[in-house]
Amino acid sequence: MATNEYVVRTKDLSKEFQLGGEVLRALKSVHLDIRRGEYISIMGPSGSGKSTLFNMIGGLDKPTSGTVFINDVDMAQLDAQELAYLRCRTIGYIFQSFNLIPVMTALENVTLPTVFAGTPTDDGIERGIELLNTVGLGERLHHKPNELSGGQQQRVAIARALANSPSIVLADEPTGNLDLKTGKEIIELLKKLNKEQNVTIISATHDLKMLDVSDRVLWIRDGGIERVEERADLDIKVGELEGE
Amino acid sequence: MSDHKKLGRQVHLPFRKSVEIAMNNIRLRLGRSTVTAFGILLGIAFLASVLVQGAVNAGIKTDMTPDAIKQQYYRQVWLVTLALLMSTIGITNSMLMSVTERFKEIGTMKCLGALDSFVVRMFILEGMFMGVLASAAGAIVGGGIMLLSAGWSLGWSSVRNVSMGQIGLILLVCLGVGTFLTFLATIAPAIRAARMPPAAALRAEI
Ligand SMILES: Nc1ncnc2c1ncn2[C@@H]1O[C@H](COP(=O)(O)OP(=O)(O)OP(=O)(O)O)[C@@H](O)[C@H]1O
Ligand SMILES: [Mg+2]
Repeated sequence: MATNEYVVRTKDLSKEFQLGGEVLRALKSVHLDIRRGEYISIMGPSGSGKSTLFNMIGGLDKPTSGTVFINDVDMAQLDAQELAYLRCRTIGYIFQSFNLIPVMTALENVTLPTVFAGTPTDDGIERGIELLNTVGLGERLHHKPNELSGGQQQRVAIARALANSPSIVLADEPTGNLDLKTGKEIIELLKKLNKEQNVTIISATHDLKMLDVSDRVLWIRDGGIERVEERADLDIKVGELEGE
Repeated sequence: MSDHKKLGRQVHLPFRKSVEIAMNNIRLRLGRSTVTAFGILLGIAFLASVLVQGAVNAGIKTDMTPDAIKQQYYRQVWLVTLALLMSTIGITNSMLMSVTERFKEIGTMKCLGALDSFVVRMFILEGMFMGVLASAAGAIVGGGIMLLSAGWSLGWSSVRNVSMGQIGLILLVCLGVGTFLTFLATIAPAIRAARMPPAAALRAEI
């Protein structure tokens, strides 16, 4: 359930890249409020700034100007240790290219965030096994990423993102490298987490299947928010389509 | 700031845990680690052989003129300099490669909560472990081969003239130089990699 408490807010968020003398404005003064427990999809054409927004919200890069608040804390005010704590426990990241550590097994990958959190090894392993079971990979604990299919690797990545029970899951095109059916399964898994554990899901995507499960859809174009659609509007649209 | 109370601070991993992770990294990429270690080993083997050759030459009684002795001395210095240079380049290259090819992994680890200091420490521990082992092996291999070949070509008495103390000193120098160079070669790329914003590290192509 989405509440009225904001987990993520951005104010005047801008990001510029220097591209050999020229300045590229990847994000232009973005205002955004995301409530706890929401499932948000960020849609937009390639190069519109989705990943850039993802990086800013996740504290993976610094904005040129403007502010990102996570749980009402201004991210720019955090020191290195607080930022690492935030990345470790508050946010879980999922990437289009999975970004698993290739030399480690599924279980070792999932356990890694618990190591950084200072969790005792046995507890971490127990947690890792539990999570891999949840995503349906209980039989693949000791397989390396290259022994797993794309969909299975993304499941490992989802399990890893959940290792320290984050309140926010950030996903950058989580289905981008997957076929239709596998993509659908991943979306359903994310939706389940959102419903059952009230995890806020923020997902950048091209994938129209995401619309069905989203509470809100943010359309961005050229680094700015073009429009925001609420669940209700989406339902009407789907209804209209069915009526035709 | 009241804001600050809402967030915790990331803990530093205990040293033992860092060692464990570093050793595991070496084990997991044993093939790559061996290649890296070989780069160090070769550089130090060359240094050791030059040093041993010097010791053997010094022990041989000759009727060389003072000028010839001086010339031989300068040649020796030049060879040692060359050997050091080669070790430095070999080791820097090995360590630079082994760090830069893991930019993406570093970015991922930082997303999962790794502190910059942990990343640096992990690479230094990995480097030191390989540096010590490879330098020791390099010194033994390089020095050993030079002793054997000197014995073979100049006669075994020339080798017997080199004392155990001299051999020990050469081993120690090689170990020290190898470890120190590995440390220097690791720290710069490790710090650079650790300081990268995760977004940039994740974008890095190798
Ligand atoms: N590190 C960077 N350096 C320079 N330019 C960048 C960098 N990152 C992004 N950009 C530029 O910023 C713009 C937005 O890029 P971004 O990756 O956010 O797009 P996107 O919406 O995620 O696209 P896609 O759907 O293809 O992933 C693009 O024009 C891109 O070239
Ligand atoms: Mg993108």
